[in-house]
Amino acid sequence: MSIQPMLLWSDILLFVLIASIVGLMLWARRQEALRAAWGRVARNGVAMAAATVLAAFVLVGLLDSLHYRALLPAQPGATARYAVEVNSALDALLADLRLRAEKTYSAPLATHLFAREALENSTQREFPRLQFGGMHLGANLAGHEFDLALRLSRGVAGGLAVWLLLAAAVCRWRGMEFAALLRIGSGGNALAAVSVTLLAILLLLGVAISVGGGYHVFGTDKVGQDVLYLSLKSIRTGLLIGTLTTLVMLPLAVLLGILAGYVGGWVDDLIQYLYTTLSSIPGVLLIAAAVLMMQVVIDTHPDWFATSAERADARLLALCLILGMTSWTGVARLLRGETLKLRELEFVQAAQAFGVGRLAIMRRHILPNLMHIVLISLVMDFSGLVLAEAVLSYVGVGVDPTTISFGTMINTARMELAREPMVWWSLLAAFSFMFALVLAANLFADAVRDAFDPRSSA
Amino acid sequence: MLAYVIRRLLYAIPILVGVNLFTFALFFVVNTPDDMARMQLGVKRVTPEAIQKWKAERGYDKPLVWNAAASDGAQLTETIFFSKSVRMFAGDFGRADDGRDIAREIGSRMLPSLAIALPTFTLGLFVAICFALLLVFFRATALDFYGVVLCVAMMSISGLFYIIGGQWLVSKVWHLVPISGYSGGLDAGKFLILPVIIGVFGGIGASTRWYRTIFLEEISRDYVRTARAKGLPERVVLFRHVLRNALIPILTGVVVVIPTLFMGSLLTESFFGIPGLGSYTIDAINAQDFAVVRSMVFIGSVLYIIGLLLTDLSYTLADPRVRLQ
Repeated sequence: MSIQPMLLWSDILLFVLIASIVGLMLWARRQEALRAAWGRVARNGVAMAAATVLAAFVLVGLLDSLHYRALLPAQPGATARYAVEVNSALDALLADLRLRAEKTYSAPLATHLFAREALENSTQREFPRLQFGGMHLGANLAGHEFDLALRLSRGVAGGLAVWLLLAAAVCRWRGMEFAALLRIGSGGNALAAVSVTLLAILLLLGVAISVGGGYHVFGTDKVGQDVLYLSLKSIRTGLLIGTLTTLVMLPLAVLLGILAGYVGGWVDDLIQYLYTTLSSIPGVLLIAAAVLMMQVVIDTHPDWFATSAERADARLLALCLILGMTSWTGVARLLRGETLKLRELEFVQAAQAFGVGRLAIMRRHILPNLMHIVLISLVMDFSGLVLAEAVLSYVGVGVDPTTISFGTMINTARMELAREPMVWWSLLAAFSFMFALVLAANLFADAVRDAFDPRSSA
Repeated sequence: MLAYVIRRLLYAIPILVGVNLFTFALFFVVNTPDDMARMQLGVKRVTPEAIQKWKAERGYDKPLVWNAAASDGAQLTETIFFSKSVRMFAGDFGRADDGRDIAREIGSRMLPSLAIALPTFTLGLFVAICFALLLVFFRATALDFYGVVLCVAMMSISGLFYIIGGQWLVSKVWHLVPISGYSGGLDAGKFLILPVIIGVFGGIGASTRWYRTIFLEEISRDYVRTARAKGLPERVVLFRHVLRNALIPILTGVVVVIPTLFMGSLLTESFFGIPGLGSYTIDAINAQDFAVVRSMVFIGSVLYIIGLLLTDLSYTLADPRVRLQ
């Protein structure tokens, strides 16, 4: 075998997360109330469009989570050895983008470098040709614009063709007319919203593949890396921080919240004291302090990690852990308040009268009635965490500098605006990708909240 | 009332003690001062003497909590815990790595932080409440719908984008104000106006939506229907009845923030080069100056606790039915 599959800790957690979401979905299908609530989400056009965008992001993130180490060229007499570099399935798919690095900055779709350089056999300083961008044009640059237009239309046509095939299949399967797939807005259905969003994604994908085959669509950064590749790689980091953090904090918040609310007495006092103390420290400072300390631990124990990817991964997980530790207090407070209310309701009192144990009551009667709060806080926190990652990386307490993330992209790119002329593309790419992800997450979270919050359905 | 305030202040003591113990554990037990010294000195220069010197310069060469070598009560006071953690209660934060007194530094940096945070806060509150009232006034119309869409879009944009984009557009393209910097006195205005506007702009999306939800919840109450049934115009209903009754939930979210304004905004201050507490903290984090970070954590929680107390007191002003006892 020429590759050695490799599981980083964050991959394992991500797959566990996906598996449990799928499991929960199967379980929820059999629950009357949950099916009704999810049905409300599924009929919401905006929510389904947002979910389609999110699904595209998750797909990229999952591809980026299948890690492997490539086999090094065999040397006679030696056992098989694997590269130190850890790559993912996404890296393999985007090998073109990843490996076609230029020397330094180049603008989107450019054929020449961004800065003048002294060429070998010339006395003047000129813009050198790119090694890869527009390489197929050869010396004849007159066809640059024509080539771009050709590739653009080819990409659009390809995207449209794939979409038409899919749409035809769906129409046959559901027995509906084709025009219904385009009818969005009032009078339309959620399927139309999904199909139109899918069309947009496929068109963008087609253009990116077709134009990206010969050019750097979003230009290259300081060390010549393709910005589109960096943006796609950042998605996994954003998704991980948004989901794992909540995953880390939820068990703690649920456990302590229910305990404080149901048991009461000194347990309540102790738990309240704990979360008041933690929440009284301003979030950024607490995170900064904890991350600084974690950095010291990681730096003083270099022997814990075999590869730099593992170290970066450990740091990413530790960041999730720290973010989770600082953000469980709010959810715990909410859950405690709700438990206090539930405790006095008839069905709980009936269970008590039947002699059901305290643990069983908390598990069977309190917990299921808190799940909507848990779900709502899970989806609502996601977008905030993705945005927080960028800020934390700017402050210097975010992910490992070698981890590609929106935060590190922005952080390395922000000084480039001061250059004359300005290098704007990496910032714009990072912000646009982040905007798409966060906007989709916000819209989806709103729909979930509306569907599950008993107050808003009235 | 006074008794209530005093009792609340007494409640604050165990929380501050908890914060203090927590930071002590985080900074000195999770990592020993030796680890910190090794990290700060770098790999090349680590010798036992260098570590000792580093620790002695910062007063980290004492035992953690119990000094067996000392006597007469000095067993407790001649320790890292006492000299670094307990003395924070007296406002003694020790010295930063550059040798300056942290307490004095904080004192001198409070004013710039406040000069930027206070206008941002008040203006932001005013603008967001106005927009929210506007959306509520036109509720269930296209204006409301697209207003909410705009809010969601605006809150989906990273705060960094507002700052970087604003600096680029206003300072670099239009040349209206300096990109960054600060000066005392009246001159400060031209440095402050851009960060304040950007701060207000960046916060509008989230807070408008939040206030709109509060107002909408309030507007479905019985007293609002009564007011309309009396024949009051919608304008009067909104401003005199809904706005005043929505004050309690608004105050809950808002007053707690006021004392922490002293801490400044980390991002804004560091991007605009304003010598406030926010940029102080960022510089300390980047230089890994643990003493400063520790002090800021402590001050931050003190301010937060004051904010909680102020919130409770403000309820009595907003709602005469609230009695504190």
